[in-house]
Amino acid sequence: MDYSQFLAMKQEIGLLIAFLLVFFYDTFATPKGSRYVPAFACMVFGLFTICGFCPCIIDMGDAQAFAGMYTTTPVITAIKNILNVGTLIVMIQALSWAGSEQQVARRGEIYQMLMLTLFGMYLMISARHFLVFIIGLETASLPLAALVAFDKYRNESHEAAGKYILTACFSSAVLMFGLSLVYGIAGSLYYAEIAPAVAFEGTSVSLIVAIAFVIAGIGFKLSLVPFHLWTADVYQGAPTSVTSYLSVISKGSAAMAFLIVLTQVFGALYASAWEWMLYALIILTITVGNLFAIRQKNLKRFLAFSSISQAGYIMLGVIANNAMGTAALMYYILVYIFSNLAAFGVIAAIENHADGKVNMDDYNGLYKTNPRLALTMMLAMFSLAGIPPFAGFFSKFFIFTSAINQDSIAIYILVLIALINTIISLYYYLLVVKAMFINDSDNPINTFRSSCSERLGLWITVAGILALGVVSYFYDTLLTL
Amino acid sequence: MDIFHNILIYFVIIPVVMLAGLGLSRNIKQIRAVAVAGSSVLIALSIWLLVDYLGLRAAGNTDPMLYTGSWAWFKPLNICLAVGVDGISIAMLILSSIIIFAGSFASWKIEMPKEFFLWLILLSTGVFGFFISVDLFTMFMFYEVALIPMYLLIGVWGSGNKNYSAMKLTLMLMGGSAFLMLGLIGIYYHSAPAGEPLTWNILEISKHTIDPGWQRFLFPMTFVGFGVLGAMFPFHTWSPDGHASAPTAVSMLHAGVLMKLGGYGCFRVAIYLMPEAANELAWIFLILTGVSVVYGAFSACVQTDLKYINAYSSVSHCGLVLFAILMLNTTAMTGAIMQMLSHGLMTALFFALIGMIYGRTHTRDIRMMGGLMKIMPFLAVCYVVAGMASLGLPGLSGFVAEMTIFVGSFEHADMFHRAFTVAACCSIVITAVYILRVVGKLLLGPVQDKHHLELTDATWWERLSAITLIVSVAAIGCFPNFFSDLIKFTFSHEIFKVIPGIAGL
Repeated sequence: MDYSQFLAMKQEIGLLIAFLLVFFYDTFATPKGSRYVPAFACMVFGLFTICGFCPCIIDMGDAQAFAGMYTTTPVITAIKNILNVGTLIVMIQALSWAGSEQQVARRGEIYQMLMLTLFGMYLMISARHFLVFIIGLETASLPLAALVAFDKYRNESHEAAGKYILTACFSSAVLMFGLSLVYGIAGSLYYAEIAPAVAFEGTSVSLIVAIAFVIAGIGFKLSLVPFHLWTADVYQGAPTSVTSYLSVISKGSAAMAFLIVLTQVFGALYASAWEWMLYALIILTITVGNLFAIRQKNLKRFLAFSSISQAGYIMLGVIANNAMGTAALMYYILVYIFSNLAAFGVIAAIENHADGKVNMDDYNGLYKTNPRLALTMMLAMFSLAGIPPFAGFFSKFFIFTSAINQDSIAIYILVLIALINTIISLYYYLLVVKAMFINDSDNPINTFRSSCSERLGLWITVAGILALGVVSYFYDTLLTL
Repeated sequence: MDIFHNILIYFVIIPVVMLAGLGLSRNIKQIRAVAVAGSSVLIALSIWLLVDYLGLRAAGNTDPMLYTGSWAWFKPLNICLAVGVDGISIAMLILSSIIIFAGSFASWKIEMPKEFFLWLILLSTGVFGFFISVDLFTMFMFYEVALIPMYLLIGVWGSGNKNYSAMKLTLMLMGGSAFLMLGLIGIYYHSAPAGEPLTWNILEISKHTIDPGWQRFLFPMTFVGFGVLGAMFPFHTWSPDGHASAPTAVSMLHAGVLMKLGGYGCFRVAIYLMPEAANELAWIFLILTGVSVVYGAFSACVQTDLKYINAYSSVSHCGLVLFAILMLNTTAMTGAIMQMLSHGLMTALFFALIGMIYGRTHTRDIRMMGGLMKIMPFLAVCYVVAGMASLGLPGLSGFVAEMTIFVGSFEHADMFHRAFTVAACCSIVITAVYILRVVGKLLLGPVQDKHHLELTDATWWERLSAITLIVSVAAIGCFPNFFSDLIKFTFSHEIFKVIPGIAGL
């Protein structure tokens, strides 16, 4: 066996080392020393994230391992780095939750679980064989279900975990049924071997059904409408830090895996089969997500529906079906990570310091008592709504531009529907701004000083929202990969 | 750095510096100082630019845009920070800086001044950026930067049904920009002949004829997109509510400058880049804007709230701008730009005065007030001057603008254009009705409320604000040739040769 192929897996190996360090520290630390497990985990993971940007990983180029079951390319390396940055922010924001009274016995496990699910997501993205893909998917799902259930003393948390694990199992089953059909047609689970078989098979009924099942299976992970029903309940019930992880990292990696599977395996049937499926899914996802978000009073549910509609926009990058679309999709995920984490960071800070207040009415008059938090939330909302000069505007603009890169009138109509939906979304994002800046409240949230880790997390996200768009370096780099 | 050698960049840098200054200021005096100093510098800069521009033109420079510069931003998409101005943009820059100057004085006593001025200056950053840009992407970006502060400015500092108005205004304008974004991306993908690199730069695109089939699709997108901000019927409904609820300086800036973004954009993007489609489809929009002109004027006649009267009058006058642009000949288009200047100054004056009167009487209902001429003579006289400018008294700006527009419109000999021109001309008479109605009732009628007798006349900062605007209105009225020459040069540009009305000239 050629052991040098493990060099292709530098990022996975690095992540495993980081995980093991935290694991052993947590296991063997004295009770006094175990207080620092969360901080230690953040440091180790931060170091790992920084290492991801060093030349030996960035310039790794294309490499394969295990007879082509695993592969890495500059694009894959970049998306893993983006996910790392997002996970790091989540970890920093989770510090005060992990350090709280109730989590005392389990504070290390939060971080270990987070790293494990990230490992699964790595595999999903890097897989070039459906077996590895499924292993990655399950590795990503199971620890997440445990994380969702982490608030042991809240019933909602358990309910959410139950819903999550059941949908995860169900979606895996759907996906695997689709894959078994694919295997029946192609006789192989290698992406590279399925692709020519798919092109040869054409639009036969069994293949269309197989594609539909695969799309539905991953659609559950991405919470595309009509596979979104679990989203709001799970987001609401899960601890806020876990919700933020679910909404950005889990979604981002699933979107990337989706793109890879569709283009690499079923690329030949783009125009004849799955382009139209995606059209319908995108329109449904964006519209339903937006319309349901309007009615939400609980901010976590609200952001759940908002993230459903954001997933629809991310899918526009898949529709584009070209290098520009891939870059726009990655850039969108990057910006979305920062914007959404800023919003969740504020929600978590207020939840921690103001007795678990998460309703929109509780935010009335927030600007008067906590101006900085209100401003951060406003930036996040504007960025999510796509208002310049914040990063969200650029990511939306580029994803629309990349989608239109074909001269069909249908794509113009699709983008127009998406654009009109941005106006609907602007309405409900402005409702939050209105609550904080315009509405008066008899019982406002008290002025408080958020903890160091919360502030650090928010500063990073604010810097991202302000810089990611205006500084053209990020998008240019992603596009030239 | 090469970028700092271009004078136009400073129109964005100064507001940004002002934002920083406002962020650092600690009390109201410093805030006022920053606002006044910054806007004075902007006026000085725009006048200097005007003088320098005229010098260059006199020296025989015939480029379509001067002071051009382009700095790559998002290279793979060929997005640049590209700037350049011609006479029209310079006129708009002067207009904006004057109104921001007057607006700073009009909001001398505002509550929460720091936040207010931060949003106001952010808005003006967008406005200036929009007028100097010749790159579609940056233009669109600045356009949206100018729109969003309105939500908070109206929502926080507004009056009346402010939540409803702020939301309606923001959503409608952003809805317009959704169409606009699609139109601009479409233009980008058809901006160059096959095989050549695509571009967002207006000057580059104008050298190439966009495929007429696509023009027919993209022209309505962009025209409606900008037309929403230009208060084109039936997309004007945000305007009366928005203006009525907005605080004084915001109404001034919004009616005075922001609505001009719509007219300017229609001209600079929709018509300049897609003249063929404009020629073909102008009649549809001519009907819509014609309705705006007449309907706005009639609506103003039956309103009792001063701000609503003026807001509907703005719908009518801004409708006239788009109406004249769509006439597609040199005279009418020159008139359109003059009308933009004239309406901007005059309506800002109106809103400033209404704000000052409202600040004293605490009502804007004309039935509740009367005899203000005796109580506050300065404000009343200014109001009359604004009214006269609005109904087109010679010597003030309204007359020259409307005259040019209608002369230009009559150059079209066919029945359709003639009929609409006559209809639009009627709006002048209707304007006289609603202006004189207010002047008679509000200023000259009997005093309605005894408490009003104790009110005082304008303070010095209010006088300064009003006088600045009146002087500008009179300047346009007295030296129309200067302004029309400044504007007209643009229409000699080759691009307009495809339009029959201009080709003949």
